[in-house]
Amino acid sequence: MTATGKILLLHGGLLCVLFALQFVLPAYHHGNLARIMVLASYAVGYNILFGYTGLLSLGHALFFGAGMYGMGLSIQHLGFSPAPALLAGLIAGVAVSTIIGLLALRTVGVAFMIVTLMFAQAGYLTVLYFVDWTRGDEGFVIQQAQRILWGIDLSDPSNRYFAALLLFSISLLISLWLVRRPFGKTLVAIRENEERVRMLGYDIQAHKLGAVVISGTIAAVSGAVYGLLFGYVGASFTAVPHSILPLLYVLLGGTGTVLGPFVGTVFMFYLIDLSSGITTAHMLIAGVVLVAVTLFAPQGLVGELRRRLWRWLP
Amino acid sequence: MTLLSTRGLSKSFAGLQAVSGVDLDLRQGEVRALIGPNGAGKTTLVGMICGRITPTSGQVMFDGREITRLPAHKRMLMGMAYTFQITSVFTGLSVAENVTLAARRRVPHSGLSDAVTTALRRVGLSEHVEQEAGDLSYGHQRLLEIAMGLVQGPRLLILDEPTQGLTEAEVDRFKALIRELAGETTILLIEHNMSVVMETADRVTVLNFGEVLAEGTPDEVRANAEVQAAYLGGD
Ligand SMILES: Nc1ncnc2c1ncn2[C@@H]1O[C@H](COP(=O)(O)OP(=O)(O)OP(=O)(O)O)[C@@H](O)[C@H]1O
Ligand SMILES: [Mg+2]
Repeated sequence: MTATGKILLLHGGLLCVLFALQFVLPAYHHGNLARIMVLASYAVGYNILFGYTGLLSLGHALFFGAGMYGMGLSIQHLGFSPAPALLAGLIAGVAVSTIIGLLALRTVGVAFMIVTLMFAQAGYLTVLYFVDWTRGDEGFVIQQAQRILWGIDLSDPSNRYFAALLLFSISLLISLWLVRRPFGKTLVAIRENEERVRMLGYDIQAHKLGAVVISGTIAAVSGAVYGLLFGYVGASFTAVPHSILPLLYVLLGGTGTVLGPFVGTVFMFYLIDLSSGITTAHMLIAGVVLVAVTLFAPQGLVGELRRRLWRWLP
Repeated sequence: MTLLSTRGLSKSFAGLQAVSGVDLDLRQGEVRALIGPNGAGKTTLVGMICGRITPTSGQVMFDGREITRLPAHKRMLMGMAYTFQITSVFTGLSVAENVTLAARRRVPHSGLSDAVTTALRRVGLSEHVEQEAGDLSYGHQRLLEIAMGLVQGPRLLILDEPTQGLTEAEVDRFKALIRELAGETTILLIEHNMSVVMETADRVTVLNFGEVLAEGTPDEVRANAEVQAAYLGGD
């Protein structure tokens, strides 16, 4: 079988399995998996910038938050229905990521990390500041009646699962498509040797900006969908820990692999879930396992799989 | 017609004068060798020509346009191509993908695969098309680097010590390649191998301590006593 055939089979296979799982999973895991798929979409977006372009952002919660609040505020204050609200979240994502990209890409390396962190922190403080609109730290609930998209009640678990799967499928396919396109290949080349790519006549800044906008917009749409599916919009989603989360998912799953973000999200989600069932010091267990994975699979789980077995993995 | 000129081009690094006041004129289609001892400033000089290094002072003109402040990628789009002294092919990509990446900005999509095949044939890498670049021998990586320059169909091809690490047969093939390109492509060739310089260059510029020490035909330069003292004497 050709590499393309295998790639389609594997990724298509995963989506089919996820589709089928909703009929067999117990309610608890069913709900978890819906959440995981939305968070994994966020990580897929993060991976486009970090994994494929080599730019480490510490401020992706700003993009997630832009989508979440773009959606939530337009429902809450403008009376939007879910479809235009999601669109508002997407537009907010494009706008915020374009502006942040233009500003943050003036810096490189550690400065880029700090600048993205600072912008995200500014976003978080903005949410807290406009408390009349955002209800600050407390956040606000999106009522069941406001979550009906084209007659489909998104608070219903199976509809929610299906919507999460749809979002994840779209993100995964965009990511897969992108890395096989010339644009995606150029991003990988920039990650490997920026100077060399520049000397082949490529506009590095324009490519990086494109990567920030695509990555930020996927994060924003994930944020918007998250708020809509789980009915809550809160400041914690724009705070620093929420920027670190996709970084951990991607590192664990495998940077610069299409499947890595999903695998990392599942792994991390259940790691915390299981260890908190054993002890209250669950972050300790999670921490030890994370250190072990980084030691024994430095390229992440899918990265290791690619290195050892499946060289063709994108 | 003059394709490339520099006037008073200089660069200092924290007090070290790497290149000072270089005037250079390359005729369209000529093969110009740039020689000089280690640390003479050759790489720095071509770095300023292609936009990797910002000059401290002086000017660069290409194709009748002043390009001293033009970003590197735009110079490449004007028809320059640059190959690195330190091999920097993309080791994780296949040979063909490396050349495709190099070609994409300059070659229309429909002609891409032909252009890649031709460039690889010209440097003698046809049998390694699908191989991962990181698995190539050092000499083959040098040849790949040259193919990445060639495939862009440049008007000015800048080669920084392309024959370093090549076998004798590969060097012969390289000489033949340069002779093939001569006349259509203008070539600026930094080279330590004197047989390559003598057999391929129309003119030679000798750089020493950042300054032009001599310029002329290969024979004139070889006969120049100062050059012999500074450079050729040791060979
Ligand atoms: N980025 C830099 N910072 C400081 N000094 C530099 C830098 N690049 C080059 N130099 C110095 O400038 C001088 C000229 O270097 P350059 O690399 O241009 O020489 P070269 O003629 O290409 O030598 P070689 O034959 O060894 O390649 C050297 O003394 C070198 O150490
Ligand atoms: Mg040099």
